[in-house]
Amino acid sequence: MKRRTFLASAALALGIAGAGAALAEEKMKAGFVYVGPVGDFGWTYQHDQGRQAVKAEYGDKVETTFVENVPEGADAERVMTQMALGGADIIFATSFGYMDAVQKVAKKFPNVKFEHATGYKRADNVATYSARFYEGRAVIGTIAGRMTKTNKIGYIASFPIPEVIRGINAAYIHAKKVNPDVEFKIVWVYTWFDPAKEADAATALIEQGVDIIMQHTDSPAAMTIAEEKGIMAFGQASDMSQFGPNAQLTAIIDNWAPYYVERVGAVMDGSWKSQDTWHGFKEGMVQLAPYSSKVPSEVQAEADAMKQAIIEGSYHPFTGPLNKQDGTPWLKEGEVADDGTLAGMNFYVEGIEGEIPQ
Amino acid sequence: MLVLEKRKVPSRFWARATPLLAVILTMLAGGALFALLGKDPVEAVRTIFWDPLFSEFAFYYRSQILVKAWPLILIAVGLSLGFRAGIWNIGAEGQYIMGAILGGAVGLAFYPAEGWYIFPLMILAGALGGLLWAMVPAILRTKFGTNEILVSLMLVYVAENILSSVSFGILKNPQGFGFPGSRNLNDYAASANMDLIEGTGLHWGGAAALLAVMLAWGLLTRHILGYRIRLSGEAPRAARFGGVDPDRLVLICLGVSGALAGLAGLFEVTGPAGQLSPDFNVGYGFTAIIVAFLGRLHPLGILLAGLLLGLTEVGGGIAQQNLGLPSASIKAFQGMLLFFLLAMDVFTDYRLRFRREEAI
Repeated sequence: MKRRTFLASAALALGIAGAGAALAEEKMKAGFVYVGPVGDFGWTYQHDQGRQAVKAEYGDKVETTFVENVPEGADAERVMTQMALGGADIIFATSFGYMDAVQKVAKKFPNVKFEHATGYKRADNVATYSARFYEGRAVIGTIAGRMTKTNKIGYIASFPIPEVIRGINAAYIHAKKVNPDVEFKIVWVYTWFDPAKEADAATALIEQGVDIIMQHTDSPAAMTIAEEKGIMAFGQASDMSQFGPNAQLTAIIDNWAPYYVERVGAVMDGSWKSQDTWHGFKEGMVQLAPYSSKVPSEVQAEADAMKQAIIEGSYHPFTGPLNKQDGTPWLKEGEVADDGTLAGMNFYVEGIEGEIPQ
Repeated sequence: MLVLEKRKVPSRFWARATPLLAVILTMLAGGALFALLGKDPVEAVRTIFWDPLFSEFAFYYRSQILVKAWPLILIAVGLSLGFRAGIWNIGAEGQYIMGAILGGAVGLAFYPAEGWYIFPLMILAGALGGLLWAMVPAILRTKFGTNEILVSLMLVYVAENILSSVSFGILKNPQGFGFPGSRNLNDYAASANMDLIEGTGLHWGGAAALLAVMLAWGLLTRHILGYRIRLSGEAPRAARFGGVDPDRLVLICLGVSGALAGLAGLFEVTGPAGQLSPDFNVGYGFTAIIVAFLGRLHPLGILLAGLLLGLTEVGGGIAQQNLGLPSASIKAFQGMLLFFLLAMDVFTDYRLRFRREEAI
C-alpha cells in the first residue's frame, strides 16, 4: 500500500509539473464487482452493460475490469483490495451485501473512489446510488391490474428488505386502484440469483391460480416458466422478451449506463464527490421495455400517462390516502411519502395478505 | 494390450506422487481450457499459481491465501478422521453454519459488554453448535441405521434456512435499518477475531487449524483411538473382532468433525466475514471434502492441500480481474484437480501392464 501511495503522489507531482503527456498514457482504471454471472440476463447483466457503455464512451482512455460471482463478505473485500492494488481509480460494488466490505477497503485506500449500489453507508470516498424501481413497479402494477383474468397476481420476492417491500407495495397499490378485486400471492425465495428456486416459485404461484407473475430476482427462470405455461409476466432488470416472447408484457429495465459514464468522467476531470443518488424514470435510470402487443392500446396509454406524470413530478406512486396493513393511517389524503420513509420501508400497505417474514 | 493389474499392497510411491501429478495434469488441462477461451495459457496458469506468491502485491495475497486456507484445513482435518473410518460426513457446510450462528449469538448476547471471557465462550459455543448439528446424523445412524451421507447433506439446507431466518429475525442488527444481517462482530472488540500479527492473515482460526493438524497427527499415529479409526476403515471385520464399537466410533468421528466445522464457522464469522448474513456460507464445507482427499486424509497433506486450494482461489480471482477469465472456468479448474487426483489414484491400487494378446 505504501508503494501505491507513493505512485499516486508521484503521478500527482508529474501532473502539477505539467507532464500531461505522461499522464495521458496512464489509463484511468475502473473496476466492477458483480454478485452474479454477467450472463444472468438480469441484474448483473445490466451492470455489465453499464461497464461496456463506459468503455464505448471513453475508449482508450479507460480500462475496465470486472470480477463476477463474488460472494458478499470476505471475498468481496479481497476482490476490491486486489482491484485497488492493481491501480483502479474507481470501483463499482454492485450488490447491497458488499456494504461493510466497501467501507473497510475504502478506509485503506483513501485515493480510490468507491460507488456502492443500493447501500446507505457513505464516506469521503464512498458514494451510494440506486434507482427508484418503485416507479416502474407502479406502472406494471397498473398494467397487471388491468390485464389479470383470475385477479390473482404472483410476486417472487427475494429478501424482505425495504427495497423489495417498497416494490411489492407500489405494484399492489396501483393494481388495486384499477381493479379492486385483485389479490397478491407473494413467495419469498431468499436469494437474488438461483434459477432453480425461482422456477419452483413460479410453478407454485401458477398452481395457486395466478395468471401474471412479477419478480424481484435476477434470472429469467420465472419468465421461461410463464412462457411454458402460457401465462403473463413482467421482466425484471433487463428486457427478458427473448425468454418469454409471448409471456412478457413489458419489463422494468435498470439502465446504469448514463450514471456509470458520468461518474467515471467525474473521476477523470477531478469533480468526483461522495453523494447519494436515487434516480428514476426522469433521469432514465429506470426504463420500460416495449409493451407486448397483448397489452391493449388504452392500457398502454394509461401506463404511458402515469410514467409521464411521474417524470413531470405531478404524480408520486406513494400518495395518500394510504393505510398500513394493520389499518393504521400512514399518509393523509394528498400526502406524499418522503424518501427517508421509503428508504426504510418495512411494512405492507393495507390490503396485502400475509406477513413480512421476520 | 494394456491391462490394469491389482497390486497386492497399495503403492506407497504412487500414493505420494499422485497429488503432485494431479496438480501438473490440472495445469496442462486447465491451460488447454484457457487457451480455448482465447487466453494465453502460460500466463493464465502463471497468474493463478505464481502471482499470489511472488508478484508485486504478494504481501497482501499471501495473507489472503491463509485466510482462505484456515477454514478449509480446520474442516478437512475433522472430515478426514471420519473418512478414514468409512464414516461420511458430507454436511460440514451445515455444521459450519450452525457453529457460526451459535457462537455469534453468544457474542451478540453479551453486546456491548467487554470482557476477556466473551471470546472463549463464543469459541465453545461455536464448537458446540457444529457438534450438536453433527449429532443428528450420528444418532440417527446409530439408533435407526439411516445413511449419514444423506442426512448430513440434507441438514445443510436446513441450516441455510435457519441462517436466513436468524439474519432477518432474532440476530438482525437493530441499527441496520431493517436490512438483513447481524451486527458486525469485527466492530465489537470483545468478539473480534483479528490477525494475531497484523497483516499476516494468521487469526485465531489459523492457530486452531494448526493445532488441529498436530493433534490429528498425534491421534492417528500415537493413540489407540487413531488406530481404531484406521483399522475400521481398512478392515472393518477385523476391527469388530478387535473390540471396536462401531456406534461409538460414528459418534466420535461425526462429533469431532462437526465441532471442528463449527469452530471454522465461528472464526470466520468473527473474523473475515464479520457478520451473520443470509449469504454468510460460501461453500467451505464442501470444498473441504476436496481438500481432505487431495491431502490423502493425512493431517500434513491436508495442510498443504488447504494452502493449495487457497492459492488457486486467490490466484483465480486475480486471473479473473487481470485476464478476464470467467469465474466458471476457475471453478472448473479447481474441479479438475479432484478429478485428476481420483483418476490417478488408480495407480495406487493397480499397475499398468503391457500384455501380449494370446491367440485363441
